[in-house]
Order: sequence, then C-alpha cells, then structure tokens
Amino acid sequence: MFNREKIVNEAGPNLRAIIVDDEELARLLLREYVESTPGIEVLAECANGFDAVKAISELKPDVVFLDVQMPKLNGFEVLELLDGGAAVIFVTAFDQYATKAFDANAVDYLLKPFSLDRFQKALERARQRLGNQLPPATELAAAARPPKQYLERVVVRDGARVHIIPVGRLDYAEAQDDYIALHSQGKSYLKQQTISSLEAALDPQRFVRIHRSTLVNLERVARIEPYAKDSRVAILTDGTQLPVSRAGYDRLRELLGDTERRA
Amino acid sequence: MHPLLATRGRVTLYLLAWLPFGALLAYLLVMTGGLDWLPAAAISLPLALFYALLCLGPWYMCRVLPLAPSQVPKLLGNHLAAAIVAALIWIVLAKGLALAMGRSYFPRFDSRFSAQLPLLFGLGVLLYLLSVALHYLLLSVETSREAETRAQEARTLARESELKALKAQINPHFLFNCLNSIAALATVDGARAREMCIKLSEFLRNTLKLGEQPSISLGEELALARAYLDVEKVRFGKRLQIEFDADPLCDGCRVPSLLLQPLIENAVKHGIVGLIEGGTICLQARCGNGRLHVMIQNDFDPEAPAAAKHGLGLQNVRDRLRSLHENRARIDTAVSDRHFRVDLELPCGAHV
Repeated sequence: MFNREKIVNEAGPNLRAIIVDDEELARLLLREYVESTPGIEVLAECANGFDAVKAISELKPDVVFLDVQMPKLNGFEVLELLDGGAAVIFVTAFDQYATKAFDANAVDYLLKPFSLDRFQKALERARQRLGNQLPPATELAAAARPPKQYLERVVVRDGARVHIIPVGRLDYAEAQDDYIALHSQGKSYLKQQTISSLEAALDPQRFVRIHRSTLVNLERVARIEPYAKDSRVAILTDGTQLPVSRAGYDRLRELLGDTERRA
Repeated sequence: MHPLLATRGRVTLYLLAWLPFGALLAYLLVMTGGLDWLPAAAISLPLALFYALLCLGPWYMCRVLPLAPSQVPKLLGNHLAAAIVAALIWIVLAKGLALAMGRSYFPRFDSRFSAQLPLLFGLGVLLYLLSVALHYLLLSVETSREAETRAQEARTLARESELKALKAQINPHFLFNCLNSIAALATVDGARAREMCIKLSEFLRNTLKLGEQPSISLGEELALARAYLDVEKVRFGKRLQIEFDADPLCDGCRVPSLLLQPLIENAVKHGIVGLIEGGTICLQARCGNGRLHVMIQNDFDPEAPAAAKHGLGLQNVRDRLRSLHENRARIDTAVSDRHFRVDLELPCGAHV
C-alpha cells in the first residue's frame, strides 16, 4: 500500500477516468474501486457505446474502463472511433478470443469479477503506458474475432456523428492516402484505415479486391467490360464504374466461377 | 482364422465350388495324358479338394503384405515363391497318390500320370496366384466396409456428445457477469447480494440436475427459465421486462430437458443486451389435443447484426426436436419490426 501511494503522489494530479458499461451494477463496482483508490477520479459513467464516444471526445479522460459487450457499439468499435490519448482498460466477463488479443497486443484488461488489488495493478500499468500509442483498433478487433467470423458492420465517425454501416449495405471502398472512402447507398464516408486491413476483416466470399485501391461488394457488380488493352471496368448496379486490374479480374473470375459452381 | 473357415456351411460351399475344377482336372488328364476316366477322376477329386485348402493360405500373407505401389517387387516375389511352394507340395502329394494307386488298383498308372506333373505344377502356380488376387479383393472390400462402420459409429458418437454439450452448457459469459453483479452488490446491498447468490445457485443446481435427464415436465422447464430470468433481472434491472403466461394445465407435458433454455438465453443475448433501453421477453405456453405450443418473443434492435446469430442455438433446438419427434414437432421463427418470435409445437407426451 505504501509503495502504491508513493507512486501516485509522484504522478502529480489526479487521473480522470470514464466508466463505460451497460450494466448498472458493473459500473457501481468500478466506481467503488475508483473511489477507494487514491489519485483517480470518475469524470463520467456511460451505459452504451454512443454515449461513451461522445463523453470521451468531449471530456478527454486519462483512463477509460471499457466494457466489451454493449448495445449499439461494442468496446472495440468505441475504441475505433476514439482519437486516442486516453489509456484504455478493457473489462469483460468471458471472451477467450478477446483476452488472447489483449495479451498479444499488450492491452490492459480486467476479467469480471476482479478484486480491488487486481484493479489497482491494471491502473498502475495503464498509468505507465499513459501517452503510449494504442495498437490500431481495427487490428485489435480483428484479432479478437473468433476464427472464420467476419466483420458485420463498419463504424465511422464524422465529427460528433457516428455512422454504422452494415456490410450488406457497403457498396465499395476506395483507398485514398491514409484513408478509405466507404461508399454506401449513394453516400460516402471517410475512415482512417488501410484498405488491406478492411479487406482482411470482411468475408472474402462477399468482398473482392478488384484493384490495388478498390474493394467491392460482389453483390453490387452488374457486369465487367473491357476498357483498354489489359484493363477492364466493373459496372455496379447503380452505374458506378470501377477500374479492374488484371489480378483483380482473376480474383473476380475465380470467385464468380465458385459461386456458379455452388449454385 | 480365415473367414471361409469360420462356419461349417461356408467350408462346405467353398469345397463344393472346387468340384468343377476337379472335373476339369480329370478331363485334362484324360485328354492330354490319355489316362482312363476312372483313375483320372479318382485322383483329381482329392487333389482338387486338397488344393482348395492350400489356396486359403494367401489370406494370411495378403494381410501381412498390404497392396502398395512401392511394394510391388516384394509382393510379386513373395507371392510367387509361395505359389511355387504350394504347387510343389501339391505335385508331391499327387505323385504319392499316383504311386499308391499304381500299386493297388491301377497298374502302370503312376508312370503315365507322372508325365502330367509339369502341367499340374503350372496349373497349381496359376491357381495359387489367382487365389492371391481374389484375396486382395476380399480384403479391400472388408477394409472399406469396416471403415464405413467406423465412420458411422464416429458420427453417432459425435452427434451424442454434441447434443450433450449443447444441453448441459452453462454460458460462462452469463456466469461471470452474475458473479460480478454479486461482487458489486456485496458492499452496497448485502441482502440483495445474498438473494442473487441463492437465485444463481438454484438455477445452476437445477440446470445440472435436469440436464442429466432426457426429458422433464414443462413445469420444471419453465421454473428453470424463470430462475434464469430472475437472475438476469438483477443484472439488467429495468432493462429487462418479463411476461410469463403459461397455462398450468400444460405443466405435466414431457419435454426434452433444457429445450427452451437456449431460446431464452438467445432472447436475452441477442435481444435485450443490444437494446439501450432494454425490452420485454414474453413466454407463452398452451396445450390441447395432445399438442403443446410454446411461444417465446423478445424485442431486439433491428440495426444490430447480432440478431442474425440467433442461428446456432435455434438450429440445435431444431435438431433435437427432429431427432426426437421427426415430423411431429415444428419450430418456426418470425421477425417483425422490433420483435423476434419463436413458435414451438410438439407432442405433449404422457402426463406425469
């Protein structure tokens, strides 16, 4: 106890924390632990992912206790939508894939129910990592997904607004420098992510990389037409034309051949 | 033991099958060797039967030397050597028989017969090799049949263990969240913490007890569902509303144990958990004319893709019903605006 307090004092001002959990009792327990630990205070409590994204961007806490399973936005999606800066401690009851991903990426986490001692140790580690860059959220989420399971929706933040795009409504994605533009039902959304990591997260039977910088929803492809020597264009159901590289054409043909054989 | 020697009937059939060969042998001896019919027949019959027994020999060798492309020279060498040995034994016996016959009833038979020994030897080698081929055929048929049986058994076992796993499983996510709720309540409301401990224990005990039995009464199944929802109610508070409407007359119906449990857990997991403001789970049971009808409905967030994952638990219930009742049970699901609904209809079974 003595040691811990000493470290807290050296660290200077209080750590400011936000608690995110959809269960009231779980928040209650975290608040109790925070209150019994010197050098940390609770800024806000949030019961869902939307509120969490909003509160974290507005209040800019030092530490976020983040539940994994929540309505609307889960813990990983909340992490994706944050600008960074806060140290995140994930809290989960049971999720073998998520805990494996946390261990592999040196992300702090607490398994419910946890003791005050365990809580303080996690906090200590988080304090030491304060200011460190978290691993990219999309990669962490991918590592936490059970094998053979793919992304079901993409979350994008546009200022204070959060958009949830179910993958079925995603028409295509284009790489633009460090961003990808996600096109869905005539609108487009910018997200900071590499096209390769998005491709890896989506079902390869539904989304195909037709070009180095283009990923398309197979269901939206109406036809492929020759364009110039050695190149083709894919024409989508809404008339959009997308360039198809030679390798992309091979992948497309293989996939369409596959579906034909299955049907 | 050779499978042909396993029963007396098989041995008889096998030896009878060799009689035409005996006749053929006699015919050959008459035609090529100029022997008389009677001695030719007299020597051919025992020779054929004896060789029939020798030709069972390859069974043992074929089992030790399985067919493999890389083993061809070794296989050929071994079987050819065995064929030569068998044919030599055969002609030695033939010579002995011929000598004995020559001395008694058929004078000068031996010398005329002996001229036929090379023919007999060649025939013996060919027959033996033919028998080797037939044995390999027999063995391959046997192995494939055994493999089929094993695969069948494996499938049955896998199915059983799968059903068992589906039934008695206590969802760890649920369990740890409950323990966390208890931990939270312990300092602020000791009495409620204790109450939840007791409810959780009751649910766990009943799950373990009822899961052991193949079928239980609907009353027991519903009590378990209620215990489960009571515990969840502590976790979710106002977010979880429960409407129970079960006709007490149906309590005696026999149902497969823990049939409803995965559906109720789904209603919480894929329904209530995804709703910020929570929602209602309705459970209704009606019976009549020997049929039981159970309806479970929950609110869900139509935007949450997780709603699609109702799949696995539902499929398990469907599989169990099919394996127990075949066409006499049905399960239907319906998705409307904000509700997910499962309808079960099955034979009410004997009243307890």
